[in-house]
Amino acid sequence: MNKIWLIIQREFTTRVRKKSFLVVTLLVPLAFAAMIILPILFATGSSETKRIAVIDKSGLFNNKFPDKKGLFFKYLPDAHLDSLKLHYQSAGYAGVLYIPDIDINRPSGFEFFSKGQASISMESAINADINNIIERRRMELQGIDKTKLDAISSTVSVEFKTGDEEKKGSSWVAYGVGYASGFIIYIILLLFGTSVMRGVMEEKVNRIAEVMISSVKPFQLMMGKIIGIAAVGLLQFLIWGVLITAIYSLIPLFISPEAVQAASQTNMQGNNEQAMEAFQRVSEVMGSINWGLLLSCFVFYFLGGYLFYSALYAAVGSLANEDASDVQQLSFPITVPIIIGIIIMMKAVQDPGSPLAVWGSIIPFTSPMVMMARLPYGVPGAVPYWQLGLSFICLIGGFLLTTWAAGKIYRTGILMYGKKITLKEAIKWVVKKQ
Amino acid sequence: MNLLEVKHLKKYYATHKAVDDISFDIQQGAIFGLLGPNGAGKTTLLRMITGIFYPDEGSIRFDGRPFDPQNDVHYIGYMPEERGLYKKMKVGEQTLYLARLKGLSEKEALKRIKYWFEKFEISSWWNKRVDELSKGMQQKVQFISTIMHDPKLLILDEPFSGLDPINANLIKQEIFQLSQQGTTIIFSTHRMEQVEEICNHIMLVNKGRKILDGSIKQIKQDFKQGLFRIGLGVMPNAAQMATYHFNIVQVHEKAFTVKMNADSTTNDILLHFIHQGIPVTYFEELLPSINEVFITQVQQTEHTAPAVPQPA
Repeated sequence: MNKIWLIIQREFTTRVRKKSFLVVTLLVPLAFAAMIILPILFATGSSETKRIAVIDKSGLFNNKFPDKKGLFFKYLPDAHLDSLKLHYQSAGYAGVLYIPDIDINRPSGFEFFSKGQASISMESAINADINNIIERRRMELQGIDKTKLDAISSTVSVEFKTGDEEKKGSSWVAYGVGYASGFIIYIILLLFGTSVMRGVMEEKVNRIAEVMISSVKPFQLMMGKIIGIAAVGLLQFLIWGVLITAIYSLIPLFISPEAVQAASQTNMQGNNEQAMEAFQRVSEVMGSINWGLLLSCFVFYFLGGYLFYSALYAAVGSLANEDASDVQQLSFPITVPIIIGIIIMMKAVQDPGSPLAVWGSIIPFTSPMVMMARLPYGVPGAVPYWQLGLSFICLIGGFLLTTWAAGKIYRTGILMYGKKITLKEAIKWVVKKQ
Repeated sequence: MNLLEVKHLKKYYATHKAVDDISFDIQQGAIFGLLGPNGAGKTTLLRMITGIFYPDEGSIRFDGRPFDPQNDVHYIGYMPEERGLYKKMKVGEQTLYLARLKGLSEKEALKRIKYWFEKFEISSWWNKRVDELSKGMQQKVQFISTIMHDPKLLILDEPFSGLDPINANLIKQEIFQLSQQGTTIIFSTHRMEQVEEICNHIMLVNKGRKILDGSIKQIKQDFKQGLFRIGLGVMPNAAQMATYHFNIVQVHEKAFTVKMNADSTTNDILLHFIHQGIPVTYFEELLPSINEVFITQVQQTEHTAPAVPQPA
C-alpha cells in the first residue's frame, strides 16, 4: 500500500507541476467569468448617445421616432441633404437619415449616411421604427385604431414550475445544466483516459516499466497511475469550483449601485437595473436545481466513468509499441462507446424520459454522460430513485470488472516488446489463468 | 552458502518453451555469468528470479528460504538490458523515487543517494532532467538506482553497453567491490571477453535449456582440446617433425600450435624436440576461450534440439 501511495504521489506531482496544468486550471474560470461578465458589460457599456439628423421630405415621420437609450433623433425638415452630408459630423450628428417624399403604399428610397459602418443594433432599430411608423399610418388609413390593436395582442409567458415545492423551474436551465455536465464528463473521459494511456505507453516505450515491475506489482503501477491522474482531475475541479463560485459571487459587485455611482453617466443607471434584474432572474432559476445532489452525482460519475474507461485505456497503452498508429487503432473500440454516449446524451437532454435515455443512463458504458444530462430535470421527478441506484451499482460493478480485466492485459502487455499484439490476443490474456 | 537455488524451473508459452527445466545454484558472493544467444530464455529466467513472472513449475529458494516475491524484491537489484528512466523527471527525484519503491525510508534513501552521487562524482546532476543526460550518463544513474538499496542479489543485464572505457571500468571496479562485500551478482551478457574477465562461474542456456554450468576454470578444462603452443629456437625440417605424439595444427614464426594425441603426455612432446636437439623457447597449454565454448556448444544444440519458434 505504501508503494502504491508513492506511485500516486509521483503521478500527481509531475502533472500538477507542469505549466500546462496551471494554464488550464486558471483559463477555465476566466473563460467562465468572461462568459458572464462580458454580456453584462456590453449591455451596460454602450452608453454613448448618438444623435441622428432626420430629413423627412414626406412629413409622415416628423417627431414620430421614439427616443431611446443611445439614440436621439433631431428633425431637420428644411435642411438640404447635400450640404448636411458635408458637415453633419461637425454639427454633432452620428449620421443622417434621409426620407424622401414617399407613397405610403409603396415606400422606398430611405437612406442613411454615416462616417463609419452603422452598428447592427442601430440599423435594426431604425428599420423597426420606420416599419412601425408606416404600419401605424396604414392602419389609420384603413380605419384601425392602434390603441385597440394593442389591447388585443397578447404577450403572455407561461411560468413553468417543477417539483412538489413549486420551485420556479425552467426546462431551458435544466437543458443547459444537463448538457454542460454531460459534455464535461465526456471531455473528462476522453482527455483523462488518453492521458492514462499515454502515461502507460511512455513507461513501456521508455522501458522504465521493467525496472518498476521489479519493485512493485504491475497492478500497483497501473492503479497508482490511474488514481494519481484522478487526483489531478479532482484538484482541478476543486480549484475551478472555488474560483467560479468566487467569480459568481463577485458579479453583483460589478453591477451594484455603488459601481453605478462610480460611473458618472446617469443614463447607465437604467441599464444596470435591467442587468441586475436579469442576473437575479437567472440566479432564481439556478436556485431551483438541487446543486448538492447534482454535484455529488457529478463527482461520482466523474470518478466512476473515469475508473471504468481509464483502466481500459491503460490496458491499450500497455499493448503499445514504438509505433503510435497501432495504439490509435487499438484505442478505437474504447473511444466508440464514449462517442455513442455523447450522442445519447444529446438526445437525453431533450427527452430525459425516453427509453434510450433511461437505458443509456443505466448501462455503465454511457451512464456517466447520459445520467448527468437527465439529473437536472429533477430526481424523483425525471429520474426515479431506482434508476439512479441501478445506475450507481452498474457503474461500480462495471469499473471493478474493467479494472480486473485491464490488470490482466496490462501485466502481460507492459513487458511484451517488439511484437504487434492484436486485440484478440489481449482478450485471451484476460480469460487465461495465470 | 547458496544465495539462490533454482530447481526444475519451467515457463511455457503457447508457442514455445521459454524456460524448460533449468536448475542451478549460485553461491553467495559469486559473480555468475548467464550466457546464451538471443531468445535463449535468459530474460524469462531473470524475470522469474526477480519475481516479475511466476514459474509454471519448479522452485526458487532465496537466501535459504522459499522465494517470496512480495518481500524479497527489496533484496534484489535488477538492471534490465533495455534501460528505463522517466525522461522528464529530475535525476535526484528519480533515484529517490526508485529507492523508496525498494522500501527505503526517505531519510535513508537520501543519505545513500548522496553517498553514491559523490562516489560517482555526479552530485551536480541532481536537478538535471534525465533527457538532458547522455546515454552513458543515464547508465550511471541507472546503475546507482539498481544498487542503492544494497541488494543481496544484483542482476545486471549487459551493464556495460553504451559506456565509454573509463566509465565501464568504474562500473567494473564497483562490481568487484560489491562482490567482495558479499553481494551475489548475476551478469548477463553476450560479450565473452567480459565474462572471462569478470565472472567466476557461468551457465550457458539455449532454447530454454541449460547447456552447461560450472566455474570458468573447470569449463576451460572440460573443453580443452589438447592444444599447445611450443616456441622453438630453430624451425625443424619435415623429417624431424614426424611423431606419434602430436599433429601440427598451425605453423607460426619459430613456433607451432600442436594437438596432442589422447594417450600422450606433454613430456612426450617436449622430449621429442629435446631429443632432436631443437631448443624449446617456451611451451604453453592453449585453453579454449569461453567464446569458443559458447559457439561450439550453441551450434551443437542448434543441430540436436528440435526446431522451435523464436520468442519475440
